[in-house]
Amino acid sequence: MATRGFTGKRRPPDADAPEDISKRLPPGQTLTRDFPVLSAGPTPHLELPRWSFTVKTGPRPVAQWSWEQMNALPQTTLRCDIHCVTKWSKLDTNWQGVSIDDLLAAAGLGTPPTPYILAHTHDGYSTNVPVADLLGGRAMIALRYEGQPIPADHGGPARLLVPHLYFWKSAKWVSGLQFTTRDEPGFWELRGYHIYGDPWREQRFSGD
Amino acid sequence: MTDPPVAPARLLWQPATIVAIKTETARVKTFVLTPARPFSFRAGQHVDVRLTAPDGYQAQRSYSIASAPDAAATIALTVERLDDGEVSPFFHDVAIVGDTIELRGPIGGHFVWSVEDDGPTLLLGGGSGVVPLMSMIRHRAARGAAVPMALILSARTWDDVIFRDELAALDARHDGFHGVLALTRAPPQRAGDYGRRVDGAMVREVIARLGEPPAQVFVCGSNAFVNTAADAALEAGITAPTIRTERYGT
Repeated sequence: MATRGFTGKRRPPDADAPEDISKRLPPGQTLTRDFPVLSAGPTPHLELPRWSFTVKTGPRPVAQWSWEQMNALPQTTLRCDIHCVTKWSKLDTNWQGVSIDDLLAAAGLGTPPTPYILAHTHDGYSTNVPVADLLGGRAMIALRYEGQPIPADHGGPARLLVPHLYFWKSAKWVSGLQFTTRDEPGFWELRGYHIYGDPWREQRFSGD
Repeated sequence: MTDPPVAPARLLWQPATIVAIKTETARVKTFVLTPARPFSFRAGQHVDVRLTAPDGYQAQRSYSIASAPDAAATIALTVERLDDGEVSPFFHDVAIVGDTIELRGPIGGHFVWSVEDDGPTLLLGGGSGVVPLMSMIRHRAARGAAVPMALILSARTWDDVIFRDELAALDARHDGFHGVLALTRAPPQRAGDYGRRVDGAMVREVIARLGEPPAQVFVCGSNAFVNTAADAALEAGITAPTIRTERYGT
């Protein structure tokens, strides 16, 4: 259904980007050069000496790292496009951190104990991701953004980064990963958002 | 953060016709729409709007619902004109009564409020961040609820205050609703208003007007406003889990 009088503001070809940017934009997304901030509550300001990260299988803690210990794990860089369910996409973002592959190896979990995880955060948020989506270098616990510590507004000191899913899955202020036997919906997934969240299939809300 | 889970339901795009347009301020207009399939919603929720160009190009944006859920055959979207925007200039410069757009909703199960919720409620809005809060205020008024509610609305000047006359009228009822303005670039015009940005002392004073500490706090506006206002609420002694925020994308 065409909207009377609407032509749209299509972005002219960008001199900085030789390739066709529109091919990198999932359906319904709009390119932004800003880095918008979205979160469910106040921005927590976490103190590094008291920061910790825990991997659990069900209720049982398997491994825990302090900030120093996390930074001593093998570091990986990831250059990726990110896509927020609120319709903005940002291209070519640069992150550094610990890949989930390396993290689980360090936890002695070379073979994942269950097929799903719930990521938990220091402000009580959670989000679910299939383990397969976290492995193979596709996800990390990000510790730096564009060469700098991650600002608190953007989830610092550490956030989960799963860039091939809508960005709410990349939980800010992440405090741990919990292996679960079933795909258990997290905070937004219990509130109408899609259980998986693939931007290329426009899985924004339940039933999409 | 313990909201009741929302039953998953498929959100389908549907046509909605503009039946009224109201100018709120120089940069803000309200569009009253009748969806082809009216839906119930909760105060604080938003809808996604989709516009389609003749060649099939589409643009989507999210807009908060300003109207009360108690008049569910129509919904009102209050839209600020962003000069470099794509969808808001269409609404402001092109759309007329009788036009049809597409929308789907309602969306959002966290930044929501109902008169059935317990305890006094504090609302902190910056500029057009008042829109989802207005749905809560109108919901309370429509239901004649007695639950204490206070709004601090931050705006640059008196003329930038969205819903100014309606808020003043609701405040004048003295029925437990307190509408307070915090003007950042102009002196206050009414007793009880402020001529500065939201801060901890201001939140503490407004909580005193509520009579008891708020059970729920909703903060909406730009990211900068939300950070300032949420920090002010924390400074006034409100605990973080009590505070729900909604930040406008850019």
